[in-house]
Amino acid sequence: MADIPADRSEASFEDFKPAYTKAQAVVEANRCLYCYDAPCVKACPTSIDIPEFIRKIATDNVRGSARTILESNILGMSCARVCPVEVLCVGDCVYNELGVPPIQIGKLQRFSTDEAYAAGWRFHEAGSDTGKSVGLVGGGPASLACAHRLRRFGHRVTIYEKRDQIGGLNLTGVAPYKIKADRAAEEIDYVMAIGGIDVVTGVSVPGDLSWDELRKRHDALFVGFGLGPDSILSAAGGDLPGIVGAVDWIEQMKLGRLDLSAVRSAMVVGGGNTALDVVRELRGLGVPEVALVYRGDEAVMSGYAHEWAAAKEEGVRGLFRTLPVAFSGDGKVERARLVRMDEHKRPIDGSEHEVPCDLAIVAVGQSKLGELCAGLAGVKVEKGRILVGPDQATGEPGVYAGGDCANGGTEVVNAVAEGRDAAVSIDAWLGRT
Amino acid sequence: MPDLTSNTGGIVSPNPFWLASAPPANSGGQVQRAFDAGWGGAVWKTLGTPIQNVSSRFGATRWKGASGVGFNNIELITDRPLETNFREIYETKKKYPKHAIIVSLMVETREEWKEIIARSEDAGADGLELNFGCPHGMCERGMGSAVGQEPKVNERITGWAKEFAKVPVLVKLTPNVGDIVPHGLAAQRGGADGVSLINTIKSIIGVDIDRFVPEPRVAGLSTNGGYCGAAVRPIALHMTAALSRDPGFHLPISGIGGITNWRDALEFILLGSSSVQVCTEVMLRGYRIVEDMIEGLETYMSERGFERLDQLVGKAVPAYSEWGDLDLNYETVAKIDASACIGCQLCMVACHDGAHQCIHPNPDGSRVPTIDEDECVGCNLCQIVCPVPQCISMVQVPNGYTPATWNEHVEAGAQLRPKKGAH
Ligand SMILES: Cc1cc2nc3c(=O)[nH]c(=O)nc-3n(C[C@H](O)[C@H](O)[C@H](O)COP(=O)(O)OP(=O)(O)OC[C@H]3O[C@@H](n4cnc5c(N)ncnc54)[C@H](O)[C@@H]3O)c2cc1C
Ligand SMILES: Cc1cc2nc3c(=O)[nH]c(=O)nc-3n(C[C@H](O)[C@H](O)[C@H](O)COP(=O)(O)O)c2cc1C
Ligand code: SF4
Ligand code: SF4
Ligand code: SF4
Repeated sequence: MADIPADRSEASFEDFKPAYTKAQAVVEANRCLYCYDAPCVKACPTSIDIPEFIRKIATDNVRGSARTILESNILGMSCARVCPVEVLCVGDCVYNELGVPPIQIGKLQRFSTDEAYAAGWRFHEAGSDTGKSVGLVGGGPASLACAHRLRRFGHRVTIYEKRDQIGGLNLTGVAPYKIKADRAAEEIDYVMAIGGIDVVTGVSVPGDLSWDELRKRHDALFVGFGLGPDSILSAAGGDLPGIVGAVDWIEQMKLGRLDLSAVRSAMVVGGGNTALDVVRELRGLGVPEVALVYRGDEAVMSGYAHEWAAAKEEGVRGLFRTLPVAFSGDGKVERARLVRMDEHKRPIDGSEHEVPCDLAIVAVGQSKLGELCAGLAGVKVEKGRILVGPDQATGEPGVYAGGDCANGGTEVVNAVAEGRDAAVSIDAWLGRT
Repeated sequence: MPDLTSNTGGIVSPNPFWLASAPPANSGGQVQRAFDAGWGGAVWKTLGTPIQNVSSRFGATRWKGASGVGFNNIELITDRPLETNFREIYETKKKYPKHAIIVSLMVETREEWKEIIARSEDAGADGLELNFGCPHGMCERGMGSAVGQEPKVNERITGWAKEFAKVPVLVKLTPNVGDIVPHGLAAQRGGADGVSLINTIKSIIGVDIDRFVPEPRVAGLSTNGGYCGAAVRPIALHMTAALSRDPGFHLPISGIGGITNWRDALEFILLGSSSVQVCTEVMLRGYRIVEDMIEGLETYMSERGFERLDQLVGKAVPAYSEWGDLDLNYETVAKIDASACIGCQLCMVACHDGAHQCIHPNPDGSRVPTIDEDECVGCNLCQIVCPVPQCISMVQVPNGYTPATWNEHVEAGAQLRPKKGAH
């Protein structure tokens, strides 16, 4: 298991959606209609056979239920917790059409996969050795799903990870009231238990290991290195201590210990899901005043409405059509200068004002890493995103990509689907060469 | 992986799950899709002289929001040309040589039986099932349950079939009889290789209270139909067990009636079924239900170390005995797990009005009831109504009496414990 300190800040969080007891799971499972060609399945990027796994909870075939889930999605345990089900499977449950509460698919998925982990049920074995080998760049959900499926086909796989542990943002980024790092690490162990997934950590591609060298070592490559570091804010004083990037800050909270005792007023800049996670995390850690500062309107925020609703309920204040233009303070940030914007996103004259701010977390996006692929002639990159076809193939023969680096940044479940599908394409391609 | 191969009187299938003779086994395309989904066998929709059906045909019991707990139909045997059926049986058998195709038959005269058996075997049937069970329509024409209710006729026609057939013959029994055993024995005397049961139970599923017509309604009239689905399972289980434990009955059984999942199927197997057949749950939810049936049974077997299906067949039969052989000195009382109780007090009202008035409000004012164990007769009613799994358990209490049955008491004066709750 990866190295996860027990006294890390995230440890104090409770589950936002608590686990079902067996009695609750069975009641909910019996409500599912077992729809045919079900819309919930279509809304799941990994196409888990939802009606089937739910029926198996109702018939007390929980082992079979877990098998159905993990057959489609080997990271089904974490997806059950971290998927934005409101806009995926649950959002498309037919009960919504009836005005009846939709089936809590994520919570049922958690019930079955938790049982599988507790009982040690495993369903997959490595295929017999094909003698082919695949290199995977990055060790996040996309590569893990890809590696697992490749092992089922019998290919040899090596993951090259720049950090000292694999897991990607599922380990270091996801909000602790959905999943904590130790649970994500257990899932990594569960995936690795198929055997034969070699991991080389501390290697950044292509800096420490060139594409040419990788191509020499392996018959095919999968690129799953996600997104890059937090984008920064171009405001005066933006480099003062106390102004940090969101993904960095979240990682420290999840794997380290933050001292927020002196923070009275925190400000999170951005309107996406990372920003919404951070405001909720700050409130959860006891910061009294937390404000979300977003340059657009509440209605156009890209973060999910259900997350923002929860954040507001937890006491977060929204400052919309607002932009920080400067930060100031004595050796660290103490104040932020804000300006209001009109409907054309232009600053309104005379609207500038100063507010207290002893922590500013910038969540305006992560940079895209596609340019790192410059050494691969056929790989096409658009706005930093690696272009792939429906089979996850790049323009370079034998090189496949998936997850955030190819889809521009979506969810864990998309990364899993793309990694898995890439493995199927790679398997076909290796058969051909 | 445990071996699910099933053998019912010489009819072998890769698993014990068969489609019952009914709409899901009406055509080649359907049976082939069922085999693809995992079904091990199919009993083809009954063949005979093709009939004409009415509209509408089905009705269902609606109970507390669930539709189809019980199901009823007034359809008859196949309405498709025999040539078409036989061609599709042939094609299906050719494509699925390892799966069992049993052809269900219902005709009248000896000559007709001879001819239809020959044609079924030519088409590739692995076995035949004689439909002596249909309780509506066909019985008015002297077939179906009209045969199944008369042991002599059953035996005679079974004898004809065995005379003509080279493949195994199963006789499908009707539950519309007082005691199933003589009918199973009649089939056995006729030479059958096995029996299937149950067919549907004569029923009226409901009444249209606005039109004053029973359901299902055909224009302004209705007729009695055949009842099936989850609600009939206890009746079917009993009939299966009654035959299984009869010392004179030795035929394999294909169990049918209300099977919806692996557990239901397993109960039939434990009471002596070598294979099981399903109609209603497939009609309601599709062939896909078989995945859970296979997987659930396999998991059950692996977890308990069973390797072959026949190790389970009939395993619960020896424990089915006469009332007079039950131990009257065995004493249980209900116990409530206070930490699990949610305080609905359904146990209290059930015991108070429907049992022995021994569950009382808690003197400490909490909503967790108390049980007066000196008065509790151990009837289970409270456990049945309790909405919380494992909250009420029936616990054996040692009372110092040696086991004694009613028969031992009557025959040898065995000492019985004092009655409880009989004031
Ligand atoms: C704050 C935050 C919260 C999120 N919350 C959720 C959520 O609740 N639910 C959800 O479904 N999704 C969430 N996501 C999105 C989700 O985490 C990602 O979509 C998913 O992790 C993408 O997986 P991936 O494998 O493509 O990339 P990543 O998870 O980013 O993994 C990439 C891996 O590659 C490594 N790497 C990077 N560059 C190199 C290199 N040059 N050489 C070698 N290795 C390299 C990285 O260290 C990392 O381990 C969140 C994202 C963020 C940022
Ligand atoms: C619509 C319908 C049609 C049926 N037709 C036949 C038939 O043609 N021949 C037959 O032997 N049984 C027939 N049956 C009875 C079923 O094969 C089966 O014995 C009965 O439905 C009990 O099983 P179940 O509870 O799984 O439905 C029919 C049942 C239904 C519901
Ligand atoms: S749409 Fe809803 S009711 Fe239908 S199968 Fe999916 S979860 Fe069940
Ligand atoms: S189920 Fe199909 S055939 Fe039957 S009434 Fe409905 S639409 Fe018609
Ligand atoms: S029925 Fe069960 S839950 Fe309800 S009061 Fe009785 S013991 Fe408690």
